[in-house]
Amino acid sequence: MKRALFLIVLIATSLQAQVSNDRLLKSNQEPQNWLTYSGHYNAQRYSALSQITPENVKNLEQQWIFQARSLEKFEATPLVVDGIMYTVQAPNDVVALDAATGRTFWTYSWTPESAARPCCGRVNRGVAVLGDTLFMATIDARLIAIDAKNGRPLWNIQIAPPEKGYAMTLAPLVMKDKVIVGTAGGEYGIRGFIAAYDVKTGKEAWKFYTIPGPGEPGHETWPADSNAWEHGGASVWVTGSYDPDLNLTYWGIGNPGPDWNGDPRPGDNLYSCSVVALDVDTGKLKWYYQFSPHDEFDYDSTQVPVLADIQWQGSPRKVMLWANRNGFFYVLDRATGQFLLGKPFVEVNWASGFDAKGRPQRVPGMTPNNQGTLILPGNQGGTNWYNPSFSPRTGLFYIPTWANYSSLYVKQEQEFVEGRTYGGGGPRNTVPQGIRTTANNFAKEDEGYGAIRALDPHTGEMKWQFKMTDVTDAGILTTASNLLFSGGREGYFYALDARDGKLLWRANVGGRVISGPMTFSLNGRQYVAIAAGNSLFTFALRQ
Amino acid sequence: MFILVAGPGTVLAQHEFTPADIEAGRQQYANTCLRCHGPDGDLIKEADIGHGKFRRGSTDDDLARMIRNGIEGTPMAAINISEPNALTIVAYLRSMATAAGTIASGDAARGKTIFEGKGGCASCHRVLGNGSRVGPDLSQIGGARRTLELQRSLVDPDAEIVPANRMLKVVARDGATVTGRLLNQDAFTLQMLDSREQLRSFSKSNLREFSFVANSTMPSYKDKLSSQELADVVSYLASLKGL
Repeated sequence: MKRALFLIVLIATSLQAQVSNDRLLKSNQEPQNWLTYSGHYNAQRYSALSQITPENVKNLEQQWIFQARSLEKFEATPLVVDGIMYTVQAPNDVVALDAATGRTFWTYSWTPESAARPCCGRVNRGVAVLGDTLFMATIDARLIAIDAKNGRPLWNIQIAPPEKGYAMTLAPLVMKDKVIVGTAGGEYGIRGFIAAYDVKTGKEAWKFYTIPGPGEPGHETWPADSNAWEHGGASVWVTGSYDPDLNLTYWGIGNPGPDWNGDPRPGDNLYSCSVVALDVDTGKLKWYYQFSPHDEFDYDSTQVPVLADIQWQGSPRKVMLWANRNGFFYVLDRATGQFLLGKPFVEVNWASGFDAKGRPQRVPGMTPNNQGTLILPGNQGGTNWYNPSFSPRTGLFYIPTWANYSSLYVKQEQEFVEGRTYGGGGPRNTVPQGIRTTANNFAKEDEGYGAIRALDPHTGEMKWQFKMTDVTDAGILTTASNLLFSGGREGYFYALDARDGKLLWRANVGGRVISGPMTFSLNGRQYVAIAAGNSLFTFALRQ
Repeated sequence: MFILVAGPGTVLAQHEFTPADIEAGRQQYANTCLRCHGPDGDLIKEADIGHGKFRRGSTDDDLARMIRNGIEGTPMAAINISEPNALTIVAYLRSMATAAGTIASGDAARGKTIFEGKGGCASCHRVLGNGSRVGPDLSQIGGARRTLELQRSLVDPDAEIVPANRMLKVVARDGATVTGRLLNQDAFTLQMLDSREQLRSFSKSNLREFSFVANSTMPSYKDKLSSQELADVVSYLASLKGL
């Protein structure tokens, strides 16, 4: 009888329903699935699943491994829809896997044009889903709709010309009847944009240029006597978030170009290094906040905008939590963009604080020059695109952090040539020969280390940190059982107690973790998954 | 681009080709020639290689040489392939010519109407997002299969079932039966798209039995459609080249 019951469950639980807009809106109410890049529109990377606990996490064991047929970095966070996992094998192969066994149902392969020349690898961070359709943004700047049942392409559109340096690495985000993406390519002098496309046809619904054109508000923050705005970068390469009540979608914008030489682009260079709040239906700008006006340090603001509803000075408030590459932790009012808090979460020497409106106060002399200026945080930032997490249970905000880390910023003259890199200098190592340039690690702690830092969002105070020897490119997942999962360059995947940072469990996954962990449940069993090296690993409690 | 230039030369076969040669050639052709020349070899009008007449050279060795060396001044580039393998492609081209010319010409628009209406094809097959996923997706079938093969599939569906289209029946220990298209399998599990268009994965140890369905689930249209209607449907299918 028991076996018969199991078999009924076996057949019944594997039924898949279409992913409706309503399911996406309420995705945090079906924690057995992971329906968007960040798990939910609020991008908290917090799961209500609680089968794995601080007490039993030591009993986690590996369930299956998916070895990608790719030597590229594995940066994708998979989706799980009713027992089917969808991930991307870099550069642009979508794979449908049985989430219980890792076996492949189908693979859709897109071979990107050789003209695609991204700065930092032919990577991809995952897909979006609506109905029975998956959406993938490609490294040659195409958006492809794929049938989730059989892996067949439904439409395939060119978003931007890859030969001019445009590329896409992010997971799209679906809201209502639109799929929204942004373009990478900031190192190539593109003019970035965020755009929405009809989910059924791929027809463009709206486009928001991240650098305003002539006559548009913000254009005056670019020089009037040159066309610097036409190739000023401001790329978008990490997925945004969405507040359906406000009908606003939030996206982080990359740095201006040339990256390290601000001379050709005097002014604040909007909307580079900003977060923008856009009307989902029209793409109209509701508000923006610029973290780093006239950036010269490659401080992309391409972090994931994390949305939380918390008490703020005695009243409930809809806020946005943001640990920026520039080293500051921010709290913004996400309805208005009002600056509520800014505080360093790592060592910062380029700005001394903020004025009343939240504009950072630059420290005189802290700017790239021909000899090199030592700036904290260094070029990779205090954090970067790595997924942060907010746990409503602990009330803490968790940041993958590069601490004690600096770069020497060198400025150089550079002419803009379409399709070529347009940096205007670059960062130099502050340690002879650099650190972590080989498989072996010789670094001292004061030369930089990686950490998970837990912040109280009300004050920006660090409550605890978990130090690693090496720096980290890994995202963070928190769960309702007070667990925090993350990894790092050292090749460990580990679980911490989200309340105090105590290490509870670790597994050697044998390769750098350059992705965000996620969790799902199938047939009553909770799994956690993480991509590391060239493979995707899943774990569950020993049975 | 690997494009042979065809013309009015006479077909002269010098090698004795076996069925195994032809099959090997079919696979070589699919890997190296099909994308430019198409499944019937006539995608490039001035370089029709599917009907046995070649503009440059006529012997097997001539053709093998052109495949291996390319043709200067044309998009036909040299293919890095051994002489025996090049000769298998020649074997396949010869076999294509032998079988060519037996298809009545059809009207693709009428065929589409039959496909979606009288023929009931969309109840099992999908084209660019429309129709059922239970049978093979036909969105790109015209770029992959010869018209001869398409016609044969319509009148004699059992004649050839490609491995990716094999149907499976699994029976759970409680007797529940699921049929569908096999997508993958290993020693312990199998994956399929079932008749309700659900992706399913089974542990073999939980199944009473599982077996391939011997015959195609597709009916023969030999007596259901007229010759002209069949030609129309074939013409429609041949026009399906994907996105």
